[in-house]
Amino acid sequence: MRATEKMICIICPMGCNLTVTREGTTVLRTEGNTCKQGLTFAEAELTDPRRMVATTVRVKGAIHPLIPVYTEKPFPKPRIFDLLREVCQLEIEAPVAMNQVVLENALGEGINIIASRDMPRMST
Amino acid sequence: MAKQLKSQYDVIVVGAGPGGLAAAISAKKNGADDVLMIDRDLELGGILLQCIHNGFGVDTFKEDLPGPSYAQRFIKEAQGVGIDYLLDSMVLDVTSGRKVFVTGTRGGFKELQARAIVIAMGCRERTRAQIGIPGPRPAGVYTAGLAQRWVNVEGYMPGKRFVILGSGDIGMIMARRLTFEGAKVERVLEVMPYLTGLSRNYVQCLMDFDIPLQLRHTVKRIIGKDRVKAVEAVQVDDRWRPVPGTGEMIPCDTLLLSVGLIPENELSQKAGVILDPMTNGPFVDDGFATNIPGVFAAGNVVHVYDLVDWVTKTGLTAGRRAAMFAQGHCNENPVFVPTAAGENIRYVVPHRIDPETLTQDTIMLQMRVTQPMEEAVLVRVTDGDTLIAKKRERYVRPGEMVSLKLRERDYDSVRHAKELRVSVAPL
Amino acid sequence: MHSRYDVIIIGAGVVGCMTARWLSRYALKILLIEKSSDVCTGATAANSALIHAGYDAVPGTLKAQMNVKANPMWDRLSEELRFGFARTGAYIVAVGEDEFQKLDIFLDRAGKNGVSAEIISGEKMRKREPNISPEVFGALFVPAGGVCDPWGATIAAAENAVTNGVELRLDTEFQDFLWSEHEPERIVGMKTSQGDFYGRWVINAAGLFADEVMHKAGVRPEFRITPRRGEYFVMDRNQIQIQNVLFPVPNAISKGILVTTTLHGNTLIGPNAENIEDKTGVDVTPEGMDEIWEGGKKLVPGLDRRHIIAVFAGLRPAGNAPCLNLDVDYHHDFVIEIPDQVKGFVNLAGMESPGLTAAPAIAERVVELLQEAGEGLKPKADWDPIRPARPVFRSLSHEEQAALVAKDSRYGRVICRCESVSEGEIVAEIHAPIPATTYDAIKRRTWLGAGRCLGGFDMPRVVDILARELGKDPLGITKKGHGSEFLFRRTKEVG
Repeated sequence: MRATEKMICIICPMGCNLTVTREGTTVLRTEGNTCKQGLTFAEAELTDPRRMVATTVRVKGAIHPLIPVYTEKPFPKPRIFDLLREVCQLEIEAPVAMNQVVLENALGEGINIIASRDMPRMST
Repeated sequence: MAKQLKSQYDVIVVGAGPGGLAAAISAKKNGADDVLMIDRDLELGGILLQCIHNGFGVDTFKEDLPGPSYAQRFIKEAQGVGIDYLLDSMVLDVTSGRKVFVTGTRGGFKELQARAIVIAMGCRERTRAQIGIPGPRPAGVYTAGLAQRWVNVEGYMPGKRFVILGSGDIGMIMARRLTFEGAKVERVLEVMPYLTGLSRNYVQCLMDFDIPLQLRHTVKRIIGKDRVKAVEAVQVDDRWRPVPGTGEMIPCDTLLLSVGLIPENELSQKAGVILDPMTNGPFVDDGFATNIPGVFAAGNVVHVYDLVDWVTKTGLTAGRRAAMFAQGHCNENPVFVPTAAGENIRYVVPHRIDPETLTQDTIMLQMRVTQPMEEAVLVRVTDGDTLIAKKRERYVRPGEMVSLKLRERDYDSVRHAKELRVSVAPL
Repeated sequence: MHSRYDVIIIGAGVVGCMTARWLSRYALKILLIEKSSDVCTGATAANSALIHAGYDAVPGTLKAQMNVKANPMWDRLSEELRFGFARTGAYIVAVGEDEFQKLDIFLDRAGKNGVSAEIISGEKMRKREPNISPEVFGALFVPAGGVCDPWGATIAAAENAVTNGVELRLDTEFQDFLWSEHEPERIVGMKTSQGDFYGRWVINAAGLFADEVMHKAGVRPEFRITPRRGEYFVMDRNQIQIQNVLFPVPNAISKGILVTTTLHGNTLIGPNAENIEDKTGVDVTPEGMDEIWEGGKKLVPGLDRRHIIAVFAGLRPAGNAPCLNLDVDYHHDFVIEIPDQVKGFVNLAGMESPGLTAAPAIAERVVELLQEAGEGLKPKADWDPIRPARPVFRSLSHEEQAALVAKDSRYGRVICRCESVSEGEIVAEIHAPIPATTYDAIKRRTWLGAGRCLGGFDMPRVVDILARELGKDPLGITKKGHGSEFLFRRTKEVG
């Protein structure tokens, strides 16, 4: 069945308003996008929607109780809350370096959770 | 960290967020030997440290980074090039003679002299008083940025059930963030008939989690004496007045406000810097010089940008110009051409430009529109009947800044212009 | 376990605290009780902060008498207790010729009350206040008017009372009187939410609840307090600064919507006057905000709504007591009495404007009443009228700031950016004779969070400092006592 639907592309801050013509989950045509990414986005939204996920993880011995972390790559949208539950259990030890892997291969999705920043050990 | 504070610096940068960091790095790279950054927080990076969501740096680094990562790249660079900094310190006063009075627990109270100053204090959030929300004053009414600091940095949840007023980016991002942390976001209310933040944030922060957004709605009343118990939401008409009979009680314990940002210029005013009532920031030229010689402005103190990349760019320009000023290299007698806001333009930054800049560099004119136009439009820069530059946009919205670049090829027409009037109209 | 006192005062607003302070100079065991978590939270917490000259009180009333007597007391009081007060003078501003004619009424009334006043021209008024409306025809200038910090005054009076031996119990709510078993109609103490307390005298200074207290004593069953709400705007001092106290020409109900300077330089606009039911109802309303804005614009047309930094409402405890002087037809007078029908009871009520101004004279009158009732009040040799000042960072010169920070580095850490309040000041208030234990208590003492960002910057920092200094979990820190906690749980403890 051919259908059209409206989407807003979230690849970049432009936020193009897309009109997507599809046959099932196959994208036939996109309109309104200003770059090729729009098509990529529309295809992904129909088959395997993913989002970048940013949250925090408990950290010991640092100046803050939490360290910000994020998914290296967009994570499957339906599993975001499973991921958050997993991350909630974690506690790591300072010092932490930016891009340090905090959780490897999260939920077996092949995506690492990494630290967004350095966090040195608190000097006492 | 400044090991030994000097009493004199080539360039002092007030604020070490993205604007201040870029300004300090740029000042140092452009020949200022002694550069000092001062920040009130315990770390460099400013508000970016609490903006843990992705979406930063797409322009600057061609990467989609969280706020702390974006900040850290500049922090590393600032430390690498040998910029001094003073943390946990508040600048109390800046004078037109470029003295800086600063106080902190470690550094104590100090009077410093700068050859040039870059003000980069960022902006502050509008409060419930400024939008006049009726009701008593219980705990549980917070600005979105305050809640963001509590949740992301200090590790506390300031509520369980939230209503968010304002569809600005921070409000929507907090809606998602709070949902991630197990809170319930009942609704986002927006008084305007359109979204005020980026539409991508509507998709990935609200739509993804089925958080309802109500346009043309506001908070009629806060209920609760000690702690918020509910808010009464109401629809508004074209003049933002409540429509009778549309009130709806929403039980909640917290009302978050994301109702706009205002450039923070209390210090600038102490130095005699004159502000534009439209932007709430200083009148600036294309080098981000204010009316006070040697005082430059970077980032959200100038006007509120929607992307950090722009903040960085202004910092780079302001820092370079500050370094030049400190070294005595500047255009002695510039003949400025003023910019002006034409049709459907609320304001234009910078307020005046030196055409000579175009012989070495481009100049970005940045505008906010008054009304959204959801169709293809033409942004035009004119001087009377003469068209100087133009740009097509697929739409314009008040929440998204419009930019137009002037280039070397525009030098002649700009040089002969009396003013550069920017307007936007349907194609 | 029974505690016995000579005097128990109900209510730690300005009247209760001033009375406690005045009585503290005598050899008496005094208890001051307050149902809130801090002093100064009722009517005293939100008002116009003015020290009235007394030009407009109806001659012959207790209000006029107390106002005129109290006005000159504020200079010495502010010196002894070290709180903010400035004798700025005040103006009744006539817009248009009709209003100008009415100024004579107030000139005449001022004369009858013994208050000096003069009529000045519109031109002179505009010179003294350039922001004022060009339509101003003239004004009545009353040099004795002034502005004070009502929070500072009340807290300082309470603190001075406490350091002179008065016992203060917060979170203690009056419930009922205890009566003598031997002597009819003699009050011997009270039941409270924190137990029973015995006292030879009980003073009713319960403000908005003074009617309920006196009814429990069987006094003046017809007396009613009507909470009369007044709403206010506070303006950004960086945008507009009115240098004077400007009243409109008053109407029958209230002094009208005034535009006034405050001790912190912010312009205050308000109040309207709305009789309501709820004695804790400090809501601001859309109608009220429109009304005060219109009122303010009448005197100062250049006001800009974008420059509002705070909106609040206060309640006047308006009574219905007829004037004791039967020749005066006035039915909203103060009640200051030892009623005949009960023994051991001092009744203070109906302290709407000029209640704040009159408070020291009322306190002095309480001393006289007790003496008249046969109390041989013996002055204490060691009574100290001085409440030592604590450093206020923003009021110091750069040199003084440098010296203070060098002595105690905590004064170098600025917690409230808009009002330049330092950590040192906050810590000092947490450990003061009357400890500030909530955010609002810190605000009332330091002016923190009263600026343009309304605490958006300082709030997490103050919560941290309170937790640290009080040895509490940040989750237990409140805005204004139990039930007003800021935070619910730690971020990573879901559930």
